[in-house]
Amino acid sequence: MIGADISIILPEVILAVSAMALLMLGTYGGGDKQAVLINWLVAGLLFVLGLWIMLDPSEGEAFNGAFIADGFAQYTKVLMLWSAAIILVLARDFLQKRELLKFEFPILIALSVVGMMIMVSAGDLMNLYMGLELQSLSLYVVAAFRRDSLKSTEAGLKYFVLGALSSGLLLYGASMVYGYTGTTNLGQVAEVVAAEGVGLGLTFGIVFLCAGLAFKISAAPFHMWTPDVYEGSPTPVTAFFASAPKVAAAAMFARVMYDGFGDAPEAWRQIIVFISIASMFWGAIAAIGQTDIKRLMAYSSIGHMGFALVGLAAGTEQGAQALLVYLAIYVVMNIGMFAYILCMERGGRPVTQISDLAGLSKASPGHALALTALLFSLAGVPPLAGFFGKYFVFLAAVEAGLAPLAIAGAIASVIGAFYYLRIVKMMYFDEVGEALDGRLSLSHRLALGVSALAMSVAWLPFLNGFGVVEISASAAASLVQ
Amino acid sequence: MTLVAFAFYIFATVAIIAGLLVVTARNPVHSVLWLILAFFSAAGMFVLMGAEFVAMLMIIVYVGAVAVLFLFVVMMLDVDFVELKQGLANYLPMGALIAVILLLELSLVIGNWAISDQAPAMRAAETPIPSDVHNTAALGQIIYTDYVFLFQTAGLILFVAMIGAIVLTLRHRENIKRQDITKQIWRTREEAVELKDVKPGQGV
Repeated sequence: MIGADISIILPEVILAVSAMALLMLGTYGGGDKQAVLINWLVAGLLFVLGLWIMLDPSEGEAFNGAFIADGFAQYTKVLMLWSAAIILVLARDFLQKRELLKFEFPILIALSVVGMMIMVSAGDLMNLYMGLELQSLSLYVVAAFRRDSLKSTEAGLKYFVLGALSSGLLLYGASMVYGYTGTTNLGQVAEVVAAEGVGLGLTFGIVFLCAGLAFKISAAPFHMWTPDVYEGSPTPVTAFFASAPKVAAAAMFARVMYDGFGDAPEAWRQIIVFISIASMFWGAIAAIGQTDIKRLMAYSSIGHMGFALVGLAAGTEQGAQALLVYLAIYVVMNIGMFAYILCMERGGRPVTQISDLAGLSKASPGHALALTALLFSLAGVPPLAGFFGKYFVFLAAVEAGLAPLAIAGAIASVIGAFYYLRIVKMMYFDEVGEALDGRLSLSHRLALGVSALAMSVAWLPFLNGFGVVEISASAAASLVQ
Repeated sequence: MTLVAFAFYIFATVAIIAGLLVVTARNPVHSVLWLILAFFSAAGMFVLMGAEFVAMLMIIVYVGAVAVLFLFVVMMLDVDFVELKQGLANYLPMGALIAVILLLELSLVIGNWAISDQAPAMRAAETPIPSDVHNTAALGQIIYTDYVFLFQTAGLILFVAMIGAIVLTLRHRENIKRQDITKQIWRTREEAVELKDVKPGQGV
C-alpha cells in the first residue's frame, strides 16, 4: 500500500532527498566554495526529473486521493522543472559576480519546486495548502536573499506578510468548504456539489479560496505586492518568480476549480471573469508609466495572468487546454526576456532602467532583434506565439459563451501592446545614451536566441506549435473527466 | 443551565474580554499576559468539546513557547509601542467599516447554515474516532498512516524555515576571538610564561 503510494510520488521524494543531501555536501564540504557545483547538480537533477516525468509517466492516485499524478500534473511539472533548471543555469553568472551565490540558493529553489509539484498534484485542500506553504516559504527567503540591500529585505518582508494574509484567506475558504461539504478531498467535494449544488456557505468558501489563489498568481485586485517584490528581489529571483511559481499557482487554481467545483461553473465563473478583466486592464494600463524594466515585467505578468484566467473562466476542457498552452508560451517568453535583463549592466553594475535599452539596435543588433521578437510576442502580435496563446484562450471563452470577456481581453491586449512597442521603438529609433557593456555568456545567448526563435517560428505550418497543443489537449482531458 | 454550559459561557466570556484587552492594553507586557489568559480559556473550551489533546497542545505550545517568546521579544527588544499605535486613529474608521461589512456578510452565511446532507457522514468517515480510544491515540493513528504525506511535508516546511533563518541571519565574521577549550588545555607553561632575569635597577 505505502510502497505503491511512494512509487507515485517518487520524483518528489528524490528531489527532496537530494536537496537534503546536497545541503549536507554544502555544509560539510566547504560551504560556498561548493555553490557552483551544487547549482549545476540541482539544475541537472531538475532537468533529468522533468525528462523522466515526460518519458515515463506514472499515473494514479496516492494517499487516498490526496495526491494525483495525471496528465495535467505531468505537463505542468515538466514545465516547472525545466524552467527552474534553466533559471538556475542563467542565475549563476549574475549571483557569482555579486557574491550572492550561496550554496543554499539552489537548494531553496529545489525545495520550492518540490512544493510546486505537490501543489499541482494536490487532490485535497490540505495537501494543496502544504505544497503552497513549502513553495512560498522558500520564495520568501530567496526574495530577501541580498540581505545587505534594503530593497531586497523589503521585498522579502512584504511578500511574507501579504503571503501570510493570503494563506489566511485561503485557509478560511478551505475551512468553509470543509464545513459545508464535510470533506477536504476535491473528488468528494465534487460529489457533494454534483448531488446538492452550491449553497450560500459553499459560495463563500469558493470566494475566499479564489481570493487566496488569485493572490498567489498575482491577479488584480490582489496584485499589490508584485511590482515591489519583482523590483526589490535580486534579478535571477525575479526571473524565477515570473516562471515556475506562476505555472504552479495557475495550475493549482485550475485544479481546485475543475476537480472540486467543475460541475457548477456558474458558482465561480463570475469571480474569475472579474479577476481576469481587472488583471488584464490593470496590467496594461499601470505598466505604461513604468521606467524600471523589472517593474514593467511585473505588470506584464499581472496582465498575462489575466489572459491565462480567461481560459479558466471558460470552465471547459478547451479552456483548460488554452490555459496550459498559454502558460507554456508565457514561460518561454519570460525566460528569453530575463536572459537578457540578467546581463544588462554598465561598468559591472546591474542596471534595470528601460531607458538603458535606447539605441540597442546600433550597439548589438542581434540582441535587439531577439528582444524585439520576444516583445512582439508578449504584446500578442500575429504570427508570433504570444498571439496564438491569446487566440486559444479567447476562442475557448467565446465557445463557452463569454464573448464579452474575449472582447475585453482583445481591447486590453491592444492597450498593453503600447508599452511593449515603446521599448522596441526605443531600441531602434532613440539615440544611444551610455551604452551597456554587459557581455552575454553562451548560456544567456542561447536562452535568448532559442526562445526568440521558438516564439517566432512556433506556428509555422509545419511546426504547428511544437506539438504543445496536442500534449496540452490530453493533459486537459485528464483534468476534466 | 448545566455545568457544561455554565463553564462554556465562563470560558467564552473570559476569552473575548482577554482578547479585547490584548489589543487595548497600554503596557505591552500586560498585552502578553492577557494573551496567555485568552489561550487558557481557549484550552478550556477544547476540553469541553472533548479534545483534551488539543487543549494540552494549546497550553504547552502556545502558552509555554509562543507566549513566552512574545514576552521575551517585548522585554528584550526596544520596540516603541506608542509609535506603532500612532496610525490607529487614521486607520480605525476604514478598518471598522470593513470589519462590520464582513461581519454582516458572515452572519448572513451562518444564518443560512445549510450543511450538505452528506457532510456529517463524510466527516465521520474521514476521522473514525472509536469511543474506547482517547484523543491522542486516535490522532496518532491517522497522522502516521492516512496523513503521513502531509506530516512529512510539514517537516519539509520546517526544514525550509530553518535553512531560511540561517541563510538570512548567519554572518561569518572574521577576527573574532572564540574560546577553544582544547587549545587552552593543551597550552603548556613554556608557551604561556616567559621568564626574564631582571637586573636590579635596569628594568626589562
